[in-house]
Parts: sequence; C-alpha cells; structure tokens
Amino acid sequence: MKGMPVRCDQVAEHLPEVASGSLLLDGASRSHVETCLRCQAEVVQYRKLLRALRAMRTEVLEPSPGLLTDLLASLGEAGERRALMELVAGHRVAYLGGIAAAATAAAAGGVIVLASRSRRRLAS
Amino acid sequence: MPTELADLVTAAQAGDRTAFDELVRRTYADTYTLAYRLTGNEEDARDVVQEAYLRAFKGLKRFRGEARFSTWMYRITANCANTQLGRGRKHRHDELDENLDVRDERPVASPEARYESADLRTQLQAAIAELPPKLRAVVVLRDVYDLPHEAIAAELGISETAAKVRLHRARRKLREDLFPMPDEGHARAV
Repeated sequence: MKGMPVRCDQVAEHLPEVASGSLLLDGASRSHVETCLRCQAEVVQYRKLLRALRAMRTEVLEPSPGLLTDLLASLGEAGERRALMELVAGHRVAYLGGIAAAATAAAAGGVIVLASRSRRRLAS
Repeated sequence: MPTELADLVTAAQAGDRTAFDELVRRTYADTYTLAYRLTGNEEDARDVVQEAYLRAFKGLKRFRGEARFSTWMYRITANCANTQLGRGRKHRHDELDENLDVRDERPVASPEARYESADLRTQLQAAIAELPPKLRAVVVLRDVYDLPHEAIAAELGISETAAKVRLHRARRKLREDLFPMPDEGHARAV
C-alpha cells in the first residue's frame, strides 16, 4: 500500500540540516525533496545561508577606541580588590591562628602546673 | 611570558596578572565581535565585554581547559549578553515579539538578482541585526560560532528544545529575507 504523500511543510524544518549534510531524510521525505522544485530551491538557499554564516566567524569587527584600555583598567581594579581581600583574609587567618596558639599554650601550661602540683603532693 | 594561549591560561590561573592581561589583548576583539553581534549595538557590546572579562578573571581557576579558552569566553559572553538584553528589555517597549511575522514591504530586486548578489554577506549582517534578540542569539551562537545546542541552552537559560525551535525560526527568517520567494509565507504545494 502506498503511504500518504509528504508535504513541503512536513520536511521544511529539516531542510537546513539537509543543506549542511548533517541529516539524511527518510525515503518518503527524500523522494518528495527530489521531486519538489520548491524544497530543492530552499535547500540551495539554506546551503548559501549557512556558508555565509560560517564565513562570518573569521570576520573580526574593529572594537571601539579605548575599549582595551578600559578593560585592562577595570581588571586592574578587580585584581587590586582581590589582593586586598586575600590580604584581609590572610590577616584574619593569622589572627585566629595566634588566638588558637595562645589558647593551646595556656592549656599546656595549665596541664604542666597541675601535674607538678600533684607530683609535689605525692612526694610530701 | 608564555606565548601560546594555553600557556597564558595556565600562567594566569597560577596568579600571573600580566598573563591574563595578555589573554585579554589577544582575544578582546573577537569577544567584542560576538558581543556586538548578540546585542546589535556598540554601547551594550562594550558593557558585555567588560562584564565577560571580569567574570572570566574571577572564574579562571574553574576553567579546566577541556574546551578552548575562546569557546569558554564565547559562553561567558553569551551569558552576559543575555543578561544585558534582559536588563534593557525592562526599559524598552518597542521590542519585537519573536513570534511576530516581520516582513519587509520595500520593493526588492528580483530573486535571481539577489540570489546572484556578491553582497550576500552585507545583506546577511543587516538581516541578522533585524532579527529579534532571542532568535539572533541562537543563530549567531550555533551557525557562526558553532556552539552546541546544549551550551547555547545553558547560557541563555532555556531548554534545548526551545533553542532548536528558535534556531529553526531564525534560519527561516534569514532565508526568507535573503532569498524572498513570490508566495513565501503562503500555503505550500504538496
């Protein structure tokens, strides 16, 4: 039994992929495109369009004057801010480290004092 | 100082500021070109480039080098442009609806003449500039910069399906603009 004929609008969305060679249509759709001048014309047009779009990749626009200077300046500021933050964070770590060291030393001292007292008590 | 882009990235990741500045010098024109194509105007493009490099600077340690640095910058730029356009939209009331069927009513040269035109690129640039921003972003990122659908969807904050639908609409609109057919938009023959 012969299937329903394929209409242009059923294949239209696939034509760019057909044009780029990234899609192979199924049998019925392919037969339609092979016999439909309109779809064939669209494939050719998409091929030209995609080629022109790809070619744009190599074109580089001229940036407005002063952009690079502004960019480097704002990055400089961001770098300084980051360095300052790191410095503050470093100081904070050093401060907390100092407190921890002092607390450890105090605890160790306490342990030594208590140990020597108990040793004296035992000796007497 | 290293000369290769990949070596500059490694040096910059290790905290070498001059290496990062050199990366900016080597890539900013390319980044600006993408930003301009996405936003369609110089002022927004400049803001997008500034924001993109600041984000790159802050996030450079997260760049793992699986993609090229330029591709990574394209993704950041796309994301920044999307944010920038979103901001602008709140203050703009004349933006085109992406579903709106925009048609140029000016008299045009015959399809054959345009078809053969050596000026296709110029016409294409004008047609891209006329696209609604949402459609423009997808077609530029996919067909010019070759980003995968997944990356485009992620940076624009949309689903992959939406990205594909927008791409189809954008391509069709560009094709219709560049190669108008007499009954384009009307019912197609079987």
